[in-house]
Order: sequence, then structure tokens, then C-alpha cells
Amino acid sequence: MTRIIGARVPRNEDARLLTGRAQFVDDVELNGMLHVAFRRSEYAHARLTGVDVSAARAREGVVAVYTASDLGDYWRPGPLLVPPPPIPGLVFHQATQVPLARDKVRHVGEPIAMVVATSRYLAEDAVEDIVVDAEPLEAVVDLERALAPDAPVIHEAIGSNLAAHAVQRKGDYDAARARAALVISRRFLYDRGASAAIETRGVVAHWDAHAEQLTIWDTTQAPIPIRNGLAAMLGLLESQVRVVAPFIGGGFGPKIMMFYPEEVLLPWAAIRLGRPLKWIEDRLESFTATTQERGQVHEAELAVDAEGRILGVRDRFVHDTGAYDPYGLTIPINSQCTLLGPYRVPAYESEFRVAFTNKTLVTPVRGAGRQHGVFVMERLLDLAARRLGIDRVEIRRRNYLRADEFPYNHGILFQDSAPLVYDSGDYLPALEEAARIVDYDRFVREVQPRLRAEGRRVGLGIVSYVEGTGIGPYEGARVTVEPSGKVRLATGVGTQGQGHFTSFAQVVAEVLGVAVGDVHVITGDTSVFSWGTGTFASRGAVVAGSACHAAAHAVRAKAIALAADVLKVDQSCLEVANGRVAVAEDPGRGIALGELARLANPLRGAVRPGTEPGLEATAYFGPERGSTASGVHAMEVEVDPETAMVRITRYVVVHDCGRLINPLIVEGQIQGGVAHGIGNAFYEQLKYDESGQLLNASFMDYLLPTASEVPPVEISHVETLSPLNPLGVKGVGEAGCIPTGAAFAQAVEDALGDSGLEILEIPLSPTRLYELLQGRGLSP
Amino acid sequence: MSSPERVRVRVNGTPYERPAEPRLLLSDFIRHELCLTGTHVGCEHGVCGACTVLLDGEPVRSCLLFAVQADGREITTVEGLALASDTLNPLQAAFRECHGLQCGFCTPGILMTMTALLRDQPDPDESTVREALSGHLCRCTGYQHIVQAVLLAAEQMGAR
Repeated sequence: MTRIIGARVPRNEDARLLTGRAQFVDDVELNGMLHVAFRRSEYAHARLTGVDVSAARAREGVVAVYTASDLGDYWRPGPLLVPPPPIPGLVFHQATQVPLARDKVRHVGEPIAMVVATSRYLAEDAVEDIVVDAEPLEAVVDLERALAPDAPVIHEAIGSNLAAHAVQRKGDYDAARARAALVISRRFLYDRGASAAIETRGVVAHWDAHAEQLTIWDTTQAPIPIRNGLAAMLGLLESQVRVVAPFIGGGFGPKIMMFYPEEVLLPWAAIRLGRPLKWIEDRLESFTATTQERGQVHEAELAVDAEGRILGVRDRFVHDTGAYDPYGLTIPINSQCTLLGPYRVPAYESEFRVAFTNKTLVTPVRGAGRQHGVFVMERLLDLAARRLGIDRVEIRRRNYLRADEFPYNHGILFQDSAPLVYDSGDYLPALEEAARIVDYDRFVREVQPRLRAEGRRVGLGIVSYVEGTGIGPYEGARVTVEPSGKVRLATGVGTQGQGHFTSFAQVVAEVLGVAVGDVHVITGDTSVFSWGTGTFASRGAVVAGSACHAAAHAVRAKAIALAADVLKVDQSCLEVANGRVAVAEDPGRGIALGELARLANPLRGAVRPGTEPGLEATAYFGPERGSTASGVHAMEVEVDPETAMVRITRYVVVHDCGRLINPLIVEGQIQGGVAHGIGNAFYEQLKYDESGQLLNASFMDYLLPTASEVPPVEISHVETLSPLNPLGVKGVGEAGCIPTGAAFAQAVEDALGDSGLEILEIPLSPTRLYELLQGRGLSP
Repeated sequence: MSSPERVRVRVNGTPYERPAEPRLLLSDFIRHELCLTGTHVGCEHGVCGACTVLLDGEPVRSCLLFAVQADGREITTVEGLALASDTLNPLQAAFRECHGLQCGFCTPGILMTMTALLRDQPDPDESTVREALSGHLCRCTGYQHIVQAVLLAAEQMGAR
């Protein structure tokens, strides 16, 4: 039988998306629907002294206007979505977002009042009628300044802007440093970008008073936790609340929050008004009201021996969480853990402080802090290699964990509170393969010197990373064979474009011997499947995929048992293929799965005690810890010495995400991730001024890379199976964008040759690179 | 608030007549008045290209036009590309074949621009496709599979 897992299968969901039939949240139209717009803070930090909504309420077409005081007991700060892991000595101060600002606003874009009107146009007119009286306070923008003793305090109840402090260590770094042949110490900067899904966020809420049923369409990556949380807040049974995450136009992390204010407010108001409500975020709102990521400052040092072997690393960094910290410490712990990379680091001391600032909230964005760790470690290794006169590839080779060292315990805790243990990996083949594809030796020996002699500044970057993926707690799936022979697969993890309708279908199709197109996947609707957590941390294929696999096997066992009864043969002589269960030696003697499904659901007659109806099974999968994907990125660039513009001329990814379910989808994930990473490295930066105003809140000013900037990506796969799940898979969703900044920095530095320029910050931009070059006297 | 005007348009061959306020965007008119929700809105300031439709055959950003400006004109949206609702035209089929879409939100706009491109230049090279595509933002794909899809579609349409 041809393997379906591992095949380049075109996607089941594409026909709907390509013909305009796929339903996104803004496509939901309901009778009597009203539209919502928000009055948001224009100040980054201010005391609210009055909100006058009387003119807005009086405007024709306005149905209701709400402020914090109208919410009564419903006004409360959101939950802490991810409690911090039990790191000894950890300090964590919780300050979560509120539905509508009361007394104080803490970032530009924070909602103050909600307008409900008969059209969005009228609702926005009424937003302009609202008069907000506020006393501006000094804004806390710079994340290091935020922790200065005299900084203005954002959350008075906490008393300072310190949101968290944690230290994780292993070995004795001071001793390692004392015997090092070389210590490299540098300060590294990483700044914020936007996730910039092309679909903004949106919520539609509908209360059916007759059925006492609340339905919410939400652009969320986590419909089930949203349902459970809203039911609790609204005093409803979980079964009275249905959350549908239909087709979602890109997630990238920020579409998972508990809760965005709009997610809390629309259902509440829909029940009060007895009318369906819709709110769709506009792009300007998205730039200030959808969560962001990546502001960190690291002071890091690397101690190596004379051969470039790592003796230890010390890193002290500050992480910007924005105005609130509902996502706990996921990002800085990812940074802390991912820094160790594929390397043997005998001594590690990592300390971070998390700072509140008067900027939009920070929650994970594709990569979720992993970029920072990779950037710091790879840059330190590059600098050490240069000082020691060791080749860049060679210093990595010398420090890699060996294939026989897995599982490898790093001795610190990961974001999921489990020990940071790598399940499996083999790093050297990926490095050798990447070096081979870019012809590294020839580039260094011939190509670069020749082009440099012609005055051209070309460079190459080659870096490694590992990525913790596929973390728990669990996901589930229900597989049902219908009498038609078609298969229904229901699971809780929604899709934002990752191809769940196909990769999950492939897993089930392979087990049940049916066509991929005959497996109909339903995801992201709590009325169909209501156990699970969501799509995040590159975990869909690993965790939900494994649950699909288990449920399909259970159905397969039921089908075989029933077929054995019907055919009066022993189960062991049956096989499942081509939609039938048949005798292996005599394939003509068999029965279709659909017929078995019909027989398994008799309308009359007695059944054996204990019989379950139908060919259906539900299964759950929870890994004991995450699986570790890895890879090498190599990039060639050419820098224009006059303009400091950088052109990426070649991009190679050698990637190991365990077994590939669908290489087409995996390659799409990697290419998209690389494009995101290129944006982060050279084009995208959220620019805040000293008063906390975002200066580039449009796609005209905030530059997403286009088809002109993103090169083709050459991809090669290495498959080191994960022992932690039956499929052997690891996550892939975030991989493409994690090492891009590090590769870019090394390549640009390499292109600028022996100038001595060190690139210690991301994002760069043509302008910033020009400044750096001028600083070295290198530019015209 | 101004009084509504009558707007008469043909969309995908079907005539429509609806009242529209002068300030109503063409994108909102198509999506919410005509209920053709395949056209998507990503930025409402003319950069992302998700809302692209063909107006008298030429790609335009429907978020940068008022509905009243389309009065008397012919519009094609993504719903009008395939002959029947359960089939794909060669361009759409090539997008599926090459995995030229992930979340699919930007895809309808890209299909409209590429429909016009392939009509005007049936045999484009890669850089021509990339240049036409550079008027669209896609956050998922990294563009490479889209470029491959358009080139494949050109090849297949030329071969017929």
C-alpha cells in the first residue's frame, strides 16, 4: 500500500478557499446584527478623570454605549493564561488586562468605551462623539528605563515595573570563566514587530434567548478555552456556549489570548441587547490592540577554551511584557532555554527580569522568544570563532551534542514546567548538508575573495538552532466512519492555515485505508469537539495528530472485530485497505467500511452486552514533554555599500521536524516562516516615540516583506524521529523564522569583511545599517 | 449622513441594484450588501491587496473606491472565476497543486491580480510574476509557492 503519511498531498481545504466559499469571521451575517466600534486610549499612560458618552448615546443609529462603570461585577481583570513554572526563587507579579479601562490607561489602543450601532460606519461616528478627560502621565517606553528606581509606576499595586525575576543555572559559570582561554561579552538588542496576520481579529456574538444558547465566532487559536472561560464569566453552562473558530486568516500567536477585551465584551452585550453583535478590528486598531513581541536586551558572555569549546554561558536580560502580563513567562523562558541550542553547555547562568512598559501587551508571536536565544548564542559563537581564528562551521561542529547523547537533559526547566530534555536529534548531518548545498568551502575560498576583489560585498551566514515544540498538555480527536464510507474527523485545535484539514486527514486515511479526500475534518467548533487547548507552540501535528492516529487505530480495531464476526474469520487474517476490511489472502472476501458502519448501528434486534454503536472512537494524546526540532539556515547576501541595502541572494534551510506527514505543507510552513524572519531581520520594527505613540501603525509605514524581497528557499529535510509520539513527528510551524536574524547578522557582517563591524541588534534596516557603517567610516 | 444613491453594477455577470451611501466603500458594498464575502479586507488603506477585484477587467483595490464609483460598471470577484461553484479554473487548480495558499485570506485578491496578468501576459517570467505579486501582502507562504502556481497556470493555459 502506498504510504499516505509522507506524501505531498494537495490540501482538502483549498477548493473552499480558492472559490471564496470558506467562511471567515467577518463573513458571518445574522438577522438584526448590530456593529461595534471602540473608543481607545490616545495616551500611553494617563489617569482617566472622565468619560462622557452622552453625545454618542444620542446619535441616531446608536443602540448602546458602555464604559467600565456600566459593566458592574462583570468588570474584572483577565485570568493568568500560563502560570509560571516552579523555578526556585522566582518572582512574578500578575497584572492582567481589563475589559475597559477604568481610572487609568496603560497603553495606546487600550479600550475605554464600546459603541453599538446599526452600522460600523455609525458606530465609528459615535466613537468620535465620546469625550475622554485624561491627565497624561510620563510614559514608560524604554524597557531598561522601566526598571530604574525613579521610573513612573504603571501598576501602583505592584509598586514598581518589575513583572518578574528568575534565575536558572547549571554548573559553575564562574569557575568555567576562570579557566577560559577567551571570554566574549556583548550587549544584544532585539526589538518589537507586529504579527501582522492579513486577517485582523474579529468577534461575532449571538444570544438565542429561546434556546438559551450563546454562539461566538472568534478569530481565536484556542476556541475551547475561550468557551470554558466565557461560560464561567457569564454564569452559563459550558454546553450553552459554542465558540466557532472558522477559517482564520493567519494566527502567528497573538490570536491566542485569554481574553482580549473584545472577546469578553461582545458576548456580554449581545446577551443584554438580545441582538447579534459584530466587531472586526481595523488595521489601525490591530497595530495597537493586538499583542506584539520581541523587545529584549541581553548582556551575555561566552567562555570558551582555546579550541573554541564552550565552557559556559552567562546571560542577563530584560524582557518587555508591555502594559500587562497575562501570558506569564512563556517568552522569556523560551529565550532562556533556546539559547542553549544544539550545543553542549556545561555551565549556564541565565537571569531575566521582565518589565512592564506603556506599550501594547506582549504575548508569543511565531518563535515566541526563541529568536532571541538563538541570536545571542549564535552571535557569541561567531565572535569567538573570529577571535580564535576558527572557522564558523567548525566551531559549531565542535560544540554540537552527539547523536548518541539523546535524550539530553539540560538541567533547567522549560516553559511547560517540564525539564528541558531534548528527545532526539542529530545535528551534524544537517550542518554538513547545508554547507554542501551552499558550497561553503568554495564560497569562502574562491567566490567571496573574487567578488570582493571586484568591489562587491557578498557574505554568507550559517547558523543552527533547536526548537522545543509539541508541548502538552493534551489534545483529542474523534473518528467516525459514516455509512457512506466517508470518515468524519473532529478535533479541537483550530486552523489558521497550517493545513489541518489535510495532514490530520492523511494520518486517519493511512490507518483506515481510505482516500485523504474522503476524510472530512472539522476543527475549531466547540459544539463538535470540546476538549483540548489550542493551536500554539508548533504542537498541532504532534499532539492533535497523535490523537487522530490513536482514534483512527481504535476505529480500525472496531472495524476488524466486526468484520471478523460478519465474515466468520479470525481477526488476524484481515487487513484494511481501499475502504474495505478483507481477508488478506483472499481480497475478494471482504466488506466495505461503510457497510460495517451501518451494521454497527442496528435499528432493531439485540446486541451483545457492552457493545458500543457505530464505527467511532475518541482518543486523547498528551506527551510527557515537548519534542525538539532543529535545523540549520544558510543565507548569502550582497550589501550595496552606497545605500546599505541588503539583497538576499540565496537561502537554504536544512530542517529536522521528525517524520514528515506532508512535505508540501512542511515546506510551505518553512518558507513562510523564513519570510517572517526576513521581515523581522531587516524590514519590520514597531517604532514608538518617547511618549509611547506608535509611529508606523500602517502597512505603508510598517514594511512587510513582499515577493520582491523574499528569495526562494531551498529546503532539505533530515528526519530524526521523535520517540515521544507514535508518529515520530516534531513541530514545524515556527521554525522558519527562529534563526533568520542570526543568519542575517552573520551574513551581513561577513559581507562587510574585515571592517570589524559587529551586528548585535535585530531588526536592522537599511537606515540602521547605513548608520552603523558610517560609524565605522565604511560608507561613502 | 448623506442620503443613499442607487448603485447599479454587474458582478460576475449578475446585475444588482442597491442603495448605497456615498461614503460606503466598494469592498463593504460587495461583501455586506451583495453578500459576496469571498473578497477580503486586510488593511483598508490600499496596501495589502486582499480586497482586489476586477473593475471593467482591471484589478483595483475595492477598499480605495466608493461603491458609487462603480455605478454602471462590470465587476469580477473571486466567486466569478470558476465556471461552477464546485470546480476550479486552471489558475485556482495550480494554486492548489503548488500549495500557493495557507490561510487563504489574501488569496482571492492575488487570484484577481494574476487573472489580469495572465490575460495580458500569457507567458510571464518569474520576475514579472514577482513584480505583479509585490502589490499583495501574504504573511503565510513566503510567496514562492504562489509564484510557482502562477507559472504553472500559465504553462497549462498556454498548452491548451
